[in-house]
Amino acid sequence: MERKKDNPIVSLVSRTVSPFIMLFALYVIFHGHYSPGGGFQGGTMLAAAFILIRLSLGMEISQLQFKSRWATPLGSAGVLIYFGTGLVALLFGGNFLDYGFIPFSKVVAENRSIGILCIEIGVAIAVMAIIVSIYDDLLEGSSDD
Amino acid sequence: MIDFFLGYYGYWFAILLMCLGLYGAIMKKNLIKKLIGIAIFQTSIIIFFVASSSKWGATVPIFDEKIGVANTAKYINPLPHTLMLTAIVVGVATMGVAFALVISIFQKYKTLDESVLLKRMKKDNDI
Amino acid sequence: MISSNSAALTPLILLFMAISIPLVALKKKQIAFFMVMIATSISVIISFYNIFRVLKVGTIHYHFGGWIPPIGIEYVLDPLSSFICLVINVIALLVLIHSKKIVEMESKIKSVPYYALVLLMLCGFNGIILTGDLFNLYVFLEICSLSMYGLISVGEKQAPVSAFRYLIIGAVGSSFYLLGVGFLYMTTGSLNMIDVRSIVPHLYNEPTIIVAISLMVIGFGIKMAVFPFHGWLPDAYTYAPTTSSALIAPTGTKIGAYAMIRILFFVFGVNYISKTLHITDVLAWLSAIGIVYGSIMAISQKEMKRMLAYSSVSQIGYIGLGIGLCNPMGLIGAVLHVMNHAIMKACLFLVAGNYRVKLGHSNIFKLSDNIRKKMPWTTAAFTVGALSMVGIPPTVGFFSKWYLVLGTIKNSSWVFLAVLLISSLLNAIYFFRVLEKVYLKPIRSTNLEELNIPENNKRDEVSSSALIPVLILAIAIIVLGLLNTIIVKGIIDKMIPAGM
Repeated sequence: MERKKDNPIVSLVSRTVSPFIMLFALYVIFHGHYSPGGGFQGGTMLAAAFILIRLSLGMEISQLQFKSRWATPLGSAGVLIYFGTGLVALLFGGNFLDYGFIPFSKVVAENRSIGILCIEIGVAIAVMAIIVSIYDDLLEGSSDD
Repeated sequence: MIDFFLGYYGYWFAILLMCLGLYGAIMKKNLIKKLIGIAIFQTSIIIFFVASSSKWGATVPIFDEKIGVANTAKYINPLPHTLMLTAIVVGVATMGVAFALVISIFQKYKTLDESVLLKRMKKDNDI
Repeated sequence: MISSNSAALTPLILLFMAISIPLVALKKKQIAFFMVMIATSISVIISFYNIFRVLKVGTIHYHFGGWIPPIGIEYVLDPLSSFICLVINVIALLVLIHSKKIVEMESKIKSVPYYALVLLMLCGFNGIILTGDLFNLYVFLEICSLSMYGLISVGEKQAPVSAFRYLIIGAVGSSFYLLGVGFLYMTTGSLNMIDVRSIVPHLYNEPTIIVAISLMVIGFGIKMAVFPFHGWLPDAYTYAPTTSSALIAPTGTKIGAYAMIRILFFVFGVNYISKTLHITDVLAWLSAIGIVYGSIMAISQKEMKRMLAYSSVSQIGYIGLGIGLCNPMGLIGAVLHVMNHAIMKACLFLVAGNYRVKLGHSNIFKLSDNIRKKMPWTTAAFTVGALSMVGIPPTVGFFSKWYLVLGTIKNSSWVFLAVLLISSLLNAIYFFRVLEKVYLKPIRSTNLEELNIPENNKRDEVSSSALIPVLILAIAIIVLGLLNTIIVKGIIDKMIPAGM
């Protein structure tokens, strides 16, 4: 069954809803350590926002929002943010991933909170990039109809 | 005897899903159905872990002012939930790699059915 | 800072290089090989440093995140883990020096993602060896397994199908291990290996512990390819590209063996598993059947890589038998055989790779008669490797079999002794067949004048980057055989767990 080229309802609704999904995903990421949520959950929702545009508007138009060839480097960058937080903790005297040693403020508990937030952001970026990349690779050879 | 079946119904459900998943992974001939069987098997282990962490009469492990921090027996155990987050991610990654392999097989042999695949592989190897 | 963190540095550096390769090598692809060399060299240096530190200081614990176990995850450096970590890193370095030529030659392999996957797999191996936490072992097991599926699938002919089969079987195996961890956590309440070791003696009659042990043994049996679970191994090793087989064959199954030793002897206790549960007896019998089965199947193979793959099934049987005997000599034989088999198999698979580079195939019956003149060094290395697999002194292969034989005599299990001796004979059959074809047949030609033309017999050896690792491994086979008492008394004697 051929897809019709212009679907005004689908196109309008998905273009309107996608930024709100991204906003809610950011909420889920940032509230990870005292309510249900966290890096992986928020990252999946961010990926869902991008895949919604890819499904409803086609691959060419959605490259304007998120180019496919950014996916793998962005995934590596996310894991490097995670690794970098642990490395900062290592360089300032503690064990790997000991967030109490990050030199952000004098209160140790606040350092731990900042450390967890940084790694959650790293995880979210990595998960989003990789899930979008899996979707793109599965559809690599097929035509856009 | 009734208590043995009704008291542990979460675990019986997980075992049923495990058997279904393994049956699908072994006996089905289509490659995608095998992958769905593996996914069901991994999900059943997640359900098993989560069922093992629940307690009768306890609430979600988020700080509640009425209960407070001191009596931890009123909250369910959050550790298996966090372990299962990692297991879910591992499952997603396995499915990603598996689908990439299935696409590679399809591009080479143009079939996804195991009996046809074995015939074409044998013909290809004998050349 | 290096000395206080050295326990965790090996997997961390490999992970850092693995995830930087896609970023750094975006423009210039040649930089990927250079980064791989840096990462593996640093890991080898740190592994040497770790092993000398452990011999001087004793067992070292490293707490991640500053959290004290059993709340946090810890990495444990004791003689067993540091020894196997050293073996795996050194083999990986030598195989990766050889890989430059192969990856340039094969068109299907894209070098940047391939090297990233190689480093991820090595990070997974190091993580499994060093960790002291049961769930962390599952995470690293999955990391290395997923990388292995990817590395195998870029080969020739039916490589994607072999990788797919390995994926299905391997995913079931890892899930069985996870289920075992779940049962163990439900009864003991802890995930740290040392903590579980102190809790399990109070729980010896619970059925949950028996189920947990069975599931973990099945899970690692699948990864280790003991006899009934070995089905994925021949196809996976045959159709993978040369570097992948040379990397995975010496090291991949040894990780399963190491995890089996760790779980059976160090988490559950020697007396429980051998006298109460008799799991080690089952393991020993299955390994004995596997030894004979692997040798017989290897005799009937035509292609060299497939023959080496079935030979691997047989050699894993030796390690399983050493674990199953459950006495000090058996364990020494098993751990020494981990090192010896890694060196021998790496040498043999690299020789098969050299034949493929020059001749385009590695079919035994199609090897031309004058290959001993064309590739003398490679064939010499193959001879040393073959003699070692059969078990002729002073090569390393003899000494690990000697310890295993001493172990079977101490247990008075004469069937296992007979299996060991018969399998050496079977090994001799299929290896000497290749040597006969290469060395003992006179060079025949239909045209008598062709024999005297020098070009036909000129040396056509592979380039030095592909030849030097093979020669280093072949020399190591003889040198480490002569030095084996130093290795056994220096480090392996310290690995015997309490109660054996």
